[in-house]
Amino acid sequence: MEQIICKDAALGYEDGIVTEELNFTVSSGDYLCILGENGSGKSTLIKALLGLKPQVRGEITYTNGFSSKEIGYLPQQTPVQRDFPASVREIVLSGCLSKTGFRPFYNAKEKELAHKNMHRLGICDLEKRCYRDLSGGQQQRVLLARALCATEKMLLLDEPVTGLDPHAQNDLYELIAKLNKSGITIIMVSHDISSAVKYASHILHIGRKQLFFGSKNDYMTSKIGRSFIETEAQENG
Amino acid sequence: MAEIFTKLQYYFSFPFVRYALIVGLLIALCSSLLGVTLVLKRFSFIGDGLSHVAFGAMAVASVVRLTNNMLLVLPVTVLSAVLLLRTGQNTKIKGDAAVAMISVGALAIGYMLMNLFPNSANISADVCSTLFGSTLILTLTPFDVWLCIGMSAVVLVMFVLFYNKIFSVTFDESFTKATGVNADAYNLVIAIITALIIVLAMNLVGSLLISALIIFPALSAMRLFRSFRGVMICSAVISVVCAAAGIIISILASTPVGSTIVSADIVVFLVFWLISAFTGRAKA
Ligand SMILES: Nc1ncnc2c1ncn2[C@@H]1O[C@H](COP(=O)(O)OP(=O)(O)OP(=O)(O)O)[C@@H](O)[C@H]1O
Ligand SMILES: [Mg+2]
Repeated sequence: MEQIICKDAALGYEDGIVTEELNFTVSSGDYLCILGENGSGKSTLIKALLGLKPQVRGEITYTNGFSSKEIGYLPQQTPVQRDFPASVREIVLSGCLSKTGFRPFYNAKEKELAHKNMHRLGICDLEKRCYRDLSGGQQQRVLLARALCATEKMLLLDEPVTGLDPHAQNDLYELIAKLNKSGITIIMVSHDISSAVKYASHILHIGRKQLFFGSKNDYMTSKIGRSFIETEAQENG
Repeated sequence: MAEIFTKLQYYFSFPFVRYALIVGLLIALCSSLLGVTLVLKRFSFIGDGLSHVAFGAMAVASVVRLTNNMLLVLPVTVLSAVLLLRTGQNTKIKGDAAVAMISVGALAIGYMLMNLFPNSANISADVCSTLFGSTLILTLTPFDVWLCIGMSAVVLVMFVLFYNKIFSVTFDESFTKATGVNADAYNLVIAIITALIIVLAMNLVGSLLISALIIFPALSAMRLFRSFRGVMICSAVISVVCAAAGIIISILASTPVGSTIVSADIVVFLVFWLISAFTGRAKA
């Protein structure tokens, strides 16, 4: 079942187009990995998918009753958040905000949902801790739990493992794979090609325009895929 | 001790002293709540800029001899708050540069106007009281007091109703927007509250010290408390206690009200800073 269809979209800012000729679809249950060099427009694409930054040309449509508001989002972390005085519970609960509408407080059902998601990500014992005292991996779990409070359909993650040690990176990848298996569509921006091909079902590779879109297996046998995997392998020793 | 008490009792028998205390506590409460959000959003500079705009508007109001200068100061400040917040999001003009430009400009023009069209013989005393609020608070009329009570009530109700939204917009604006919440509307609410509080606080501490009233309690609370709610409550308590202490001390020792309150805030900040430095980490 298709959720997002992107047709010939071009993205950019006032000073010009960043990337164009984007044609891809995301279906329910997919695990799409977006690859590309620094500045190729991955975060810009994410903003477009979230409806925060309209495309310059082309169409991005949400189908089968899906809407951009049902996307749970894990942003690239900002320095503001790193030393924010807030408890884990407060942050996870804030994921339910769009459900409250004009009601000023959270109801029992929303608190229950927040608790359920903390349990699911194994951060129940951190509930009362301060966000800024947590390790990078724990912080990402908190933000994931918050995103899950907002949606059960799709998660959009912008370089979630940046700054984590290899062990924590691995844990997070496994956790995301588990969420994907439970039926949540995953779209992830990544620099880490080896885990992209390990976990993803589809790959979108962008540069000044779309360089590849297709299943993971097609990517690994394609020319661009092979050369990208090789250069990354060389860089990593 | 008894002597001090009789002296206080004597002073508080004057209505204008009671007015000053009520207004002072309310303003301290509102500005400290707002301060937490502004500091965390890296917007603390906006308070500074707006207070100078309000100073400029005040100068214009006194030059054209408006009977109630609030009628000019309030709309101008609210408008500037909204505009400054807009340019903060604009990539072309740097937000902080725009604030600096407007604030220094308003300060200079305000001072110039006061010099060109003096209302009283003693300009420097006039300017000084507008900047540091030394005597203004003791000249409040019942109308000013009711205005202040009304505006504070509006601010407090807004805070209670929008508490969760303000938290979410402060912590992560793009996430909030992505889930379909109208974050821009809440930013606008924050800008308007900021302007209201600054105009109110001008009467208490003058336009130079407003930033202190907004920033110090929030920074002190953040030293010790590790949850958003804890920081909010602690900041409010610190601010109210310091304002009360400042007003009472200023009456007893005949010091300027505004600077005394801010000094109290600085003392609390230092104490909290020392505690957090010695205990290392704090409880939630
Ligand atoms: N707010 C903005 N205004 C103007 N140009 C921008 C803005 N944000 C990003 N850009 C430009 O758009 C291009 C793509 O940026 P983007 O952040 O999407 O890259 P990215 O692929 O996410 O890079 P990275 O891997 O470093 O995260 C860059 O050239 C950047 O300079
Ligand atoms: Mg990026």
